[in-house]
Amino acid sequence: MTQFSSRNQALAQSLSDILGERIASMTEHCGQLTVEIPRDHWLDAAWLLRDEPELAFEQALDLCGVDYLGYGDDEWETAEATGTGFSRAADELGPGRFSWAERPEAGEIQNRFAAVVHLLSLKHNRRLRLRCYAPDNEFPVLPSLIEVWNSVNWYEREAFDLYGIVFEGHPDLRRIMTDYGFIGHPFRKDFPLIGNVTVRYDEDKGRVVYEPVEIEPRVTVARVVRRDSRYVDEKLEGTGS
Amino acid sequence: MSEIRNFTMNFGPQHPAAHGVLRLILELDGETVVRADPHVGLLHRATEKLAESKPFNHSIGYMDRLDYVSMMCNEHAYVMAIEKLLNIEAPERALWIRTMFDEITRILNHLMWIGSNALDLGAMAVFLYAFRERENLMDVYETVSGTRMHATYYRPGGVYRDLPEEMPRVAESRWRKGKDLERMNEWRQGSLLDFIEAFTDDFFDRVDDYETLLTDNRIWKQRTVGIGAVSPDRALQLGFTGPMLRGSGVEWDLRKKQPYAKYREVDFDIPVGSNGDCYDRYLVRVEEMRQSAKIIKQCIAWLRENPGQVIVRNFKVAPPKREEMKDDMEALIHHFKLFTEGYCVPEGETYASVEAPKGEFGCYMISDGANKPFRVHLRAPGYAHLSSMNEMAKGHMLADIAALIATQDIVFGEIDR
Repeated sequence: MTQFSSRNQALAQSLSDILGERIASMTEHCGQLTVEIPRDHWLDAAWLLRDEPELAFEQALDLCGVDYLGYGDDEWETAEATGTGFSRAADELGPGRFSWAERPEAGEIQNRFAAVVHLLSLKHNRRLRLRCYAPDNEFPVLPSLIEVWNSVNWYEREAFDLYGIVFEGHPDLRRIMTDYGFIGHPFRKDFPLIGNVTVRYDEDKGRVVYEPVEIEPRVTVARVVRRDSRYVDEKLEGTGS
Repeated sequence: MSEIRNFTMNFGPQHPAAHGVLRLILELDGETVVRADPHVGLLHRATEKLAESKPFNHSIGYMDRLDYVSMMCNEHAYVMAIEKLLNIEAPERALWIRTMFDEITRILNHLMWIGSNALDLGAMAVFLYAFRERENLMDVYETVSGTRMHATYYRPGGVYRDLPEEMPRVAESRWRKGKDLERMNEWRQGSLLDFIEAFTDDFFDRVDDYETLLTDNRIWKQRTVGIGAVSPDRALQLGFTGPMLRGSGVEWDLRKKQPYAKYREVDFDIPVGSNGDCYDRYLVRVEEMRQSAKIIKQCIAWLRENPGQVIVRNFKVAPPKREEMKDDMEALIHHFKLFTEGYCVPEGETYASVEAPKGEFGCYMISDGANKPFRVHLRAPGYAHLSSMNEMAKGHMLADIAALIATQDIVFGEIDR
């Protein structure tokens, strides 16, 4: 077992004692523990996390979807002197710069979608982050945690709405944030930032009409990834990416 | 006997007691609520997605617009997440300023809440008194940041600037003159801290005034006692935080349990309810206002004694001073890089949370090493609270819905994000 900081040592120990095989990986970053759990153990691990007195995570404060498409990509290579300036580099179709018609093809990527849960134990005054990757990128399905923690109800609906992650066993998996009859999952990385359709009231027709968006993508700052020497040491220790 | 059927009605999205754009589908049996189905998202602006396309600092202003009655607390969570990932810490004075403004924000929020809650239940006067006090705190916001609401005052590594030495005075006009003007400017003769101190000294009496209007008011008690009672177990299951959780008798406050900023060094108490009904939550919030004022006084005392830096002198994250830029090439380059590209945050993920007036406001941030966040998720307290509406409303009367929405302290900026 890898070493964890002193404040997380006890928690890491009881997690590996109780969850055992159900843990795919356990990492620490910024003093916070993250446990990855494979889909098949997602639900029974959750029951143990809530009910085992040594863990006692009574509250699920937060659940959200994550789309790992394009993780670590940048729009402007700066490894050496460049002939293309900042504004020219920004013409590329990076995140937020494409419209619906020119949205990028989601290529082969392993573990594209994940659900991330933040747990809180009031008894032990501890927090824990859980992550579970949905195996299928085309049709991501995860078991619902609603029976374990009722509070994830709307959070799972939100993750379904925005990322298209289906939570099996959720009794009421409707869209929550987007419009009635909305098409697509807007927080996916291949969904344009400017959206797809606009809605307005048409005076002549006397009703609300849907039209394709007219606005131009307008992201002013290019996405840049820099390897900062000040953080190199930290990175070597493993950051749980 | 004729056949009696349940009927379904729409509460909102333009109902004055819906606190914004809540569309609530109510199934009623006579006047009794059988099922409540809140439809949210009418104010969805995709703040989280917008943040992915902007450098880190550009999104601070968006945080104010989430829970738009507790602006700086939202900024606090966002800024703390960035600081954690960058592994930097704000100077001590900045932390004290943040503590003070978090509490000013709490009072702002609770004043808004007590005013609108009373208004929803038919008491007009409280609203007027609460907004009188609120106006003073808005002036504090304006003095320190330049705007009354959307401050963008907290920055990674500290706060935007030090507290001003002078509190602006109200100018004479056709409507503000003579004795009125003198009274309005009475507190404004000195610095910002002098003004805040005068306000907090006076504020304890003001809270007593609100209590006189409500606490033993027969109508108020009829509308709140026993309404929307939630047991501690259910409160935990439903993800309640903040006054909603404490009203149910669970002693949990991040300021005490997982202190951030300077909460470890200030003395205050955590009020806790016992029945978990609307009335207890009212008592908890009223007492919180007094405790906030108590914390603010301690912050003022410290801030008077200890001048110093309010933002880190790390020019990779915070811009150098204007004067330095005039004759220092390095400073100019730093300034240019910061404002054209921003700063890159090392790869990793973190969750930072603060005890916002409504409950736990959290910010989950994933960075892939770029100058923009890869993913930001904002954990808004009101979202979990509103999702319990069905359970809380079941079996209550239609009129109690207004009391429930008010007691949950719903603000759609944070729920719809």
